[in-house]
Amino acid sequence: MALPAAPQGSRRALDVNSLAKGWWKRLPLVPAMAVVLVVTQLPFVITLYYSMQRWNLVSTSAPRFVWFRNFVGALHDEIFLKAVVNTAVITAAIVFASIVIGGLLAAGLNREFRGRMIARTLAITPFFVMPVAAALFWKTGVYDPSFGILGWVTSEIGVGRLNWASQYPKLTIIILSTWQWSAFALLILLAGMQSFPTEVGEAAAIDGAGRLYAFRRLMLPHLRPFMELTALLIAMYVLDTFAAITILTNGGPAYATTNLSYYVYLEAFSAFDLGKASAFGVIALVLAIALTVPMLRIVSGIFKEGGRA
Amino acid sequence: MKRRTSSLTDAVLTLLTWLGVLIMFAPIALMVLTSFKSEQDAVSFPPKLFFTPTIEHYRRIFENDFAAFATTSVVVTFFSTLVVIVLAVPAAYALTVRPIPKWRDVLFFLISTKMMPIAAGIVPIYLVARSFDLLNTATLLIIVYTSMNLPLAVWMIRSFMVEIPRDVFDAVEVDGAGRWREITRIILPLIRPGLASTALLCGIFAWNEFFLAVNLTTTVSTLPVFLQKFLSFGQLYTAQVAAVATLINVPVVAAGWIAQKNLTRGLTFGAVR
Repeated sequence: MALPAAPQGSRRALDVNSLAKGWWKRLPLVPAMAVVLVVTQLPFVITLYYSMQRWNLVSTSAPRFVWFRNFVGALHDEIFLKAVVNTAVITAAIVFASIVIGGLLAAGLNREFRGRMIARTLAITPFFVMPVAAALFWKTGVYDPSFGILGWVTSEIGVGRLNWASQYPKLTIIILSTWQWSAFALLILLAGMQSFPTEVGEAAAIDGAGRLYAFRRLMLPHLRPFMELTALLIAMYVLDTFAAITILTNGGPAYATTNLSYYVYLEAFSAFDLGKASAFGVIALVLAIALTVPMLRIVSGIFKEGGRA
Repeated sequence: MKRRTSSLTDAVLTLLTWLGVLIMFAPIALMVLTSFKSEQDAVSFPPKLFFTPTIEHYRRIFENDFAAFATTSVVVTFFSTLVVIVLAVPAAYALTVRPIPKWRDVLFFLISTKMMPIAAGIVPIYLVARSFDLLNTATLLIIVYTSMNLPLAVWMIRSFMVEIPRDVFDAVEVDGAGRWREITRIILPLIRPGLASTALLCGIFAWNEFFLAVNLTTTVSTLPVFLQKFLSFGQLYTAQVAAVATLINVPVVAAGWIAQKNLTRGLTFGAVR
């Protein structure tokens, strides 16, 4: 506005020129952003639109715009509310257990001993295993009351043959996922521990600090951002748990293991109620953002610094 | 004295560590072991450590349409990863080497897309794919897996580009080399190991993906869907399941082991090296 007067024409030419230059600069980014926006973001916008429709593929009536009725319906849907709670419980349990187990393993592996690299490789392997394959083998070879190894173990120690999937459905999902995600937590926390400055540890040892004391007062504070990051990343993936639920419990018994993703799937591809499924999807999206964005803010420092270690 | 207790503690800690590691690996070892047992041996307790191995179950895998699903898995994994790399390298370049304004916002936008549950988009993806006649095709899976892996790949590749010393590029500016040449001649050779790790990680995710595959495809689909169908055949055979699961996991576990060094960086969007 208050710019020194300049000839009108040449300024516009300059604008166009700099605009073109700006886009020329952005050009390498355009294809990737276009793909991400069209394939992952546009669907959310469309979902928002569908969520306000009454639209059931099995009914003969045409889709009808019903404003927020699907959302009101969701709040009165007991199964939906159960799914919200299930998602929270399952996610929180997996995140917590994975960080504890992965952290303990990392602490053990963050020492010099023979065969350390082999031990590390073996311990992180569960993370690569295809979730569907893991779930299928755990179902038949581990959890199965008569043919699984866990059934044999529990009967040997006198607890009897437990039917995991029906007696402890949530725990069944949590144990399997924790097995895979603690391998992931191990990877990150071990990298965090290895970035701990050795001089500090040596100085503490010379000062006569005990091992446990040094770990608690020096290592844990150092690890904190790594633990936050691990929690964020695990939560982000585990909110969507689907394979384990489909294979192990089918969301049951009595919806005890139905999480939000699984309920969206049931409404859309079993009940064919696209309007309702979309409303559930929108709520799931809002909840996920409400949970992960504050977490992302907490750990954003670690990203901004362009990496640690 | 102090020294001796310390080495004793060390030995105990090492023992505990190995115990933990072996518990982590035990299900995988059990799976591989079971896959070579006869069905009777597989379900006999206490578990038999010594048995007459058989490859019968591996032979039987190929009796049904395993090969078709395996082919789709290979095609989808290969092409989605290829497209991801082709798109991510220039994107990472524009966010790192010659950064555009607000490059940080773009990076955070990319990471935030990974936090949104894919279930929230599945209905439109399904309907749009249906209207383009893409349901039940490998093409559709390639498209969705590309977009699924792109944010991660951009972050990971970017973290390798950040490490290239600045003066390498300053020399180029004097040289007047164009962008294309700068990427292909200078950057790519420098980040080749990182690029390989990125590709391996994206490949693992594509190979293992289940939610999109099961909702968008049925007969022309990837191995996770094949495995799920296995479940609906009715009677489950422990050893047979173990054999299929073992075979399917060989490529991803191998990829994971090879990419180990750069894995942490990829999985944390470059935040932890």
